[in-house]
Amino acid sequence: MEEGLILNVKLLIKNGTIYTHNKTIYNQDILIEADRIVKIDANIPDDNYEVIDATDLYIIPGLIDMHCHIQDPGFDYKETIYTAGQSALYGGFTTITCNPDLEPCIDNKAIVEFLVSKTRKDCAVHVAPYGSLTQKCKGERIAEIGEMQLAGIAAVSDGDIAIQDAYVMKNLFQYCSMFGMPIITHCEETSLSNDNIINEGAISTYLGISGAPISAETIHVMRNLLLAEEFNAKLHITHVSTAKSVELIRSFKRQGMKVTCETSPHYFTLNEEAAMGYNTMVKVNPPLRTEADVAAIIKGLQDGVIDTISSDHRPDTIDSKDTEFDLASYGISSFETAFSVAYTYLVVAGYLTLEQLVEKMSYKPSRILTLNKGVVNVGAIADLMIFNPTEDYLVNAKEFKSKARYSPYDGMALNGLIKYTIVDGKKNVIHD
Amino acid sequence: MAYNKKDFLDLKTLTADEIQYIIDSAQKMKYILLSNKSCLTPHLRGKTVATLFSEGSSRSKLSYELAAQNLSAKVISLETNQQFMKGESLKDVGKYIDQIGADFIVMRHPIAGSSHYLAKYVNASIINAGDGQNENPSQSLIDLLTILEIKQKFEGLKVVMIGDIMHNRVARSNIWALKKLGVNVNIVAPPTLIPRGIESTGVNIYTTVADAVIDADVIMTLRMQENRQKGYLIPSINEYKKLYKLDEQRLGYAKDDVIVMHPGPINRGIEISSEVIDGKSSLVDKQQVNGVAVRMAIFHLLNRSGGGLNIERKTFN
Repeated sequence: MEEGLILNVKLLIKNGTIYTHNKTIYNQDILIEADRIVKIDANIPDDNYEVIDATDLYIIPGLIDMHCHIQDPGFDYKETIYTAGQSALYGGFTTITCNPDLEPCIDNKAIVEFLVSKTRKDCAVHVAPYGSLTQKCKGERIAEIGEMQLAGIAAVSDGDIAIQDAYVMKNLFQYCSMFGMPIITHCEETSLSNDNIINEGAISTYLGISGAPISAETIHVMRNLLLAEEFNAKLHITHVSTAKSVELIRSFKRQGMKVTCETSPHYFTLNEEAAMGYNTMVKVNPPLRTEADVAAIIKGLQDGVIDTISSDHRPDTIDSKDTEFDLASYGISSFETAFSVAYTYLVVAGYLTLEQLVEKMSYKPSRILTLNKGVVNVGAIADLMIFNPTEDYLVNAKEFKSKARYSPYDGMALNGLIKYTIVDGKKNVIHD
Repeated sequence: MAYNKKDFLDLKTLTADEIQYIIDSAQKMKYILLSNKSCLTPHLRGKTVATLFSEGSSRSKLSYELAAQNLSAKVISLETNQQFMKGESLKDVGKYIDQIGADFIVMRHPIAGSSHYLAKYVNASIINAGDGQNENPSQSLIDLLTILEIKQKFEGLKVVMIGDIMHNRVARSNIWALKKLGVNVNIVAPPTLIPRGIESTGVNIYTTVADAVIDADVIMTLRMQENRQKGYLIPSINEYKKLYKLDEQRLGYAKDDVIVMHPGPINRGIEISSEVIDGKSSLVDKQQVNGVAVRMAIFHLLNRSGGGLNIERKTFN
């Protein structure tokens, strides 16, 4: 980066309210010099700095996304590193990750190095890449995880591909225990899900679509919990969608296991009925579940069983959604709605405090991935997000920065309009 | 009462009155058919019916085409066994058929909801002739018409369906419609062939045939189609026959005036014994006559309700 230029930049955020995972400070000014926070105080005098007037606005640490798909390299017709970065920036994220199930698969040092340098150049936000667990994400042979760690991966995962062979999973848990990185697993027993695309039950029967039972997820959750416990692995379970999964993870946590898990906005806001009328916008994997599952996910977020909230941004072309339900692609273009959806449905709705939401969308992801972010402290990297807690807006998917300009939340009124995203001390105006 | 929809996609979203209305209309069409078989009626004169079948069909397509011709419509047809039609999307193929002037598109497709999907993109009226495991609403109306002709009512009847409900879209249409019409529906099948959550429709689920058919007014046996099933959902046809075949002995638990129906094609001796097929309760052969009448009624009602106005709408564009 052009360090010389950055050194001259001084940014003063005036009179905002700072929320972090463990404290709230009213009417504070934040002075940023280059990429660092250098001072936090009431009333820092304006000495010809660039100023953001944050009166009535909330300042939180920039969001960190533990589960998203940037689709590049390999699928740049769906999203590119550049558009993913813009989309994340407009969604208030300052650090995103990158699932390895790309083309080529992120399963070796060379591709990690490529990705690191490419994202530094083209992506507006930080990218902490994930390396694959198995070579080509095939679920067979262990990838060169040690090499990839040296090249800079933050965690290992096979993305949305679940490792079917329990022996392979066991070996991975054992092997990875020397790296200290989290092992992120998507939980899906494919012999049960079997390309069945919505939750099995009254709705799948109503629509005449074959469904996947809840156990397609829970069997893998249980298996991975048991294996990780036995082999002392640092397990992180991604996009948890069922009440039963929450219950299983809760019981293992109560016994002292250091497992972490995450969910995504659609799993606590939408249920299987959203698919009525063959609505492909809500075709996701794992599928949307019942209202009782939604309630259990919210409960899990409240009592801390669910550690983090990721966007599960998975962009694709509009043509892949505008088709028959069976043929439609999975996923939601989610960067640009994730925060507001979570803020509206969890904080405004009274389930979580804003501090808790900050913990789940910034502090905890940083802790799990050991990124040393997610805080607003003097000396910390100035990755911040500033939003207006009282300003409502209508989601307009047509204006998304993502290439995937569609959303099941399109047209919906949400709270929490993002005003600025600050990455490495650099101000980005999101909404005036 | 009128049928006020552009399309005919399923029975589950229709009201009991609407279903009854179509059946009434089908009875009139049947009267016309039987009294004057050689003469065409003018209901669809100048209209074009296209059949778009992406899945095999032996009888339905014939029946639709004959119904359309009886109403003086022109008939064009596209049949493809490929789901993707040479890589072209359903939307594009459907729009093409719409653009060349079809007023009705009768479509069968292996994916549930595909007719609902295409209906959003075309001016022509879509008639769902079967979509995946979802529904085959006209085929169900044929069963309903048959039941009404013999039993003279729906309310309070006990109808039993035996067999693979999971993969049978006619059975599913029947369930939706019969429950709306006040019928008690019992379904009996191996648990692996019963769709989950089906009890939310109000049907009673049984696993033994003898229990299910007690005092039945109507018994519908369903075709056992192992090739439609993913994996092995039953151990063998042999065991299925033993547990679920409708034979004289099991039929004995039903009412004396029970009628036995089968949508065909029949696997004689598998889901139903030959004695029952050829016995006094069987309506297996007689059912087929109603197919053309029902389809004539559907064309006619859609035409009247503003479906099939393709040509006029296009001139305004």
